[in-house]
Amino acid sequence: MSVYGPVVKIHPVVVASIVDSYERRNEGASRVIGTLLGTIDKHSVEVTNCFSVPHNESEDEVAVDMEFAKNMYELHRKVSPSEVIIGWYATGYDITEHSVLIHEYYSREAQNPIHLTVDTALQSGKMSVRAYLSAPMGVPGKTVGVMFTPLSVKYVYYDTECIGIELLQKTRTSPSRTNGLTSDLTQVAGSAAQTQEMLSTVLAYIEDVLAGKVTADNSVGRYLMDLVDKVPMIPAEDFETMLNSNINDLLMVTYLTNLTQTQIALNEKLSPFLPTRPSPYPSSFILFKLLMPKA
Amino acid sequence: MLAQHSTVSLVRPCFLSGSQVVLKIIKHYQEEGQGSEVVQGVLLGLVVEDRLEITNCFPFPQHTEEDADFDEVQYQMEMMRSLRHVNIDHLHVGWYQSTFYGSFVSRALLDSQFSYQHAIEESVVLIYDPIKTAQGSLSLKAYRLTPKLMEICKEKDFSAEGLKKAAVGYENMFEEVPIVIKNSHLISVLLWELEEKSTVPSKHELLSLSSSSHLEKSLQMLMDRVDDMSQDIVKFNTFSRNTSKQQQQKHQYIQRRQQENTQRQSRGEPPLPEEDISKMFKPPQPPPRMDTLLIAGQINTYCQTVKEFTSQNLGKLFMAEALQGHNS
Repeated sequence: MSVYGPVVKIHPVVVASIVDSYERRNEGASRVIGTLLGTIDKHSVEVTNCFSVPHNESEDEVAVDMEFAKNMYELHRKVSPSEVIIGWYATGYDITEHSVLIHEYYSREAQNPIHLTVDTALQSGKMSVRAYLSAPMGVPGKTVGVMFTPLSVKYVYYDTECIGIELLQKTRTSPSRTNGLTSDLTQVAGSAAQTQEMLSTVLAYIEDVLAGKVTADNSVGRYLMDLVDKVPMIPAEDFETMLNSNINDLLMVTYLTNLTQTQIALNEKLSPFLPTRPSPYPSSFILFKLLMPKA
Repeated sequence: MLAQHSTVSLVRPCFLSGSQVVLKIIKHYQEEGQGSEVVQGVLLGLVVEDRLEITNCFPFPQHTEEDADFDEVQYQMEMMRSLRHVNIDHLHVGWYQSTFYGSFVSRALLDSQFSYQHAIEESVVLIYDPIKTAQGSLSLKAYRLTPKLMEICKEKDFSAEGLKKAAVGYENMFEEVPIVIKNSHLISVLLWELEEKSTVPSKHELLSLSSSSHLEKSLQMLMDRVDDMSQDIVKFNTFSRNTSKQQQQKHQYIQRRQQENTQRQSRGEPPLPEEDISKMFKPPQPPPRMDTLLIAGQINTYCQTVKEFTSQNLGKLFMAEALQGHNS
C-alpha cells in the first residue's frame, strides 16, 4: 500500500468539469459525486480527468450507480490508457457518513483513493478545494472508524493550459462574462499593456522608496538590477542593422504571401475556361511559372 | 476561406459555455497527440433559437491498426448514453480537430463536416492549433461550410461545370464563425480561486522575439502546397491541350470523310458509312477540380496565418526598438 506524500496535483480542467456537473445536477440533489482519473507517481498524485457518476442520497441510505462508473471508466480508458482511477470527488464542504461508504467502494477500485471536496456552495466564503486520504483509526477489535487526513492541493498546468486559462481569466472582468477570441495584433497590444502596468507598479514602488516612504528591501533591489541588466547593451549601429534585416525578412514574407494569394485568385478566375473551346495556351500557367521561379 | 468583411456581421457567433470545453481540448492534445498526429473529438451542446451553444465535448481514441474491430459508432453511442444520465447535453453539434501548422483543409474534413452539417445546420468544426497556442495566444477557430458548398456536396457533383454553376471559389468554401466564451458565475469564482492559489507566473510567450522557426516551418508547408498546386495546373493544362488536339483530330477526320464521300459520289460509289466518332476518339478524363479548390483554400489559410504572424512580429520588433532607443 503506497502512501502518498501530502501533495495532490490537480489540473484546472478537473475542477472546471466538477463545477459544470454541479450546475447540471438533478432536482433535489444537494451534491454530485464522481470518479477522479489520473496518474500516480512515486511521491505524488496527478489528477488529470474526471467524470460524474449518478447517485441518490437520502437521510439513511446512499445508492451509487457502479455499473455506470465502470462503463465510463472503460470508455475513458480507450482514449487515454494511462489514466487510472485514483479516487473520487464530491461537491460540498463537509464529509458525511455517506462519504465514508462511498469511499469504501472506491477503495475496492483503487489503492488508497483520494477524496476531493469542492465547495461549490461557497460555505466558507470561497470555493475551497480540499483533498483527503482515509486512514483507519480507533481501538482495534472494538470501535474502528475512518479518519480523513487532509492533503495539500497544488494546481499544475501544461504550458498550453496556462495560456488557455489566461484567456478564460479575461471573462471575469467583462460584465456579461463573455469574451471573444481576439486577433493577433490586439493580443500583442494587450500583453504590452500588461507589461506597462507592471512597470508602472514597479516605478511607483521605487518612487516611494526614494521618497523614504517605504523602507528599501535589498532583495527587491537586486531583482530590479537584474531587470535593468536584461536589456542588452548593443551599439546603436549593430542594433539598427539587426532590426532592419529582421524587418526586411518579415516584409518580404508578407509580400510573397500577398503574391501567392493574388496568384491563386488569378488562377481561379482564369481556369473556368472549359476546354470545350480551343483555349489559348493557358496564361495562368505562364504567369505562375514566371512569378514563382523554382530551382 | 474567411467570409468577406461585409458579411462578418451576419455570421452569428457560436457560444462556448463554460471553460471545460476549451480546457478539455487542450488537455486532449497535450496528452494524446504528440507529434504531427491529429486528435479528434465530438462537441456536444444545444441549438437555442438558431444560436449554437457548445457545452461539453469528449475525445475520440486514436485509430491504431491493432483494434481494427474497434467500433467508433458504438463508442459514441455509449458515451452519449452515459452522459445523458448525468444531464450533459447529448446533442451532437459538431466536432473538433487539432491541426499541424494550420493544415486542415482536406477532403476528409469536408466530408465529415458535410455529414454533420447535413444533420444539424448549425454545426461547426473547431480547429485547435496547439503550436500557435504554445506561442502565446489560444488559437481556436470555428468553421462551417457555406451553403453553396453544401449544395455541391449534396449533388456530389465535383466536376468543373458543377463548381462553375455554383460559383464557388476557394474563398467561399468555409465561413469562419466567431467564438464567444461564456462563463457562469460559479466558474468565475473558480477562476478567481485559481488566480489566488496558482503559483505559476503567466508566461509571456507572446512577447518573445525568437519565433523564426515557426515561420520557417509555415513557409515550408506553403511551398509544398504551391508545388502541389502547380502540379495540378500542369495536369489540367495537359488535359486541355489533349482535348483541343483531339478536337482538331476529330475535325480533320470529319473533313477527310466528307472529302472522300464527295469523291466517291462523283465516282458513283456508295458513300462510306458514318462511323461513330465518339467511339473512335474517346475524350480524355477531365481532372477533378475539387482538389484544386481544396489546395487553393489551404494555401489561402497558410497565407493568412503567415500574415498574422508577421504583423505580430513587426509590432514586437518596433517595441524592442523603442526599448533600445530609450537606453542609448
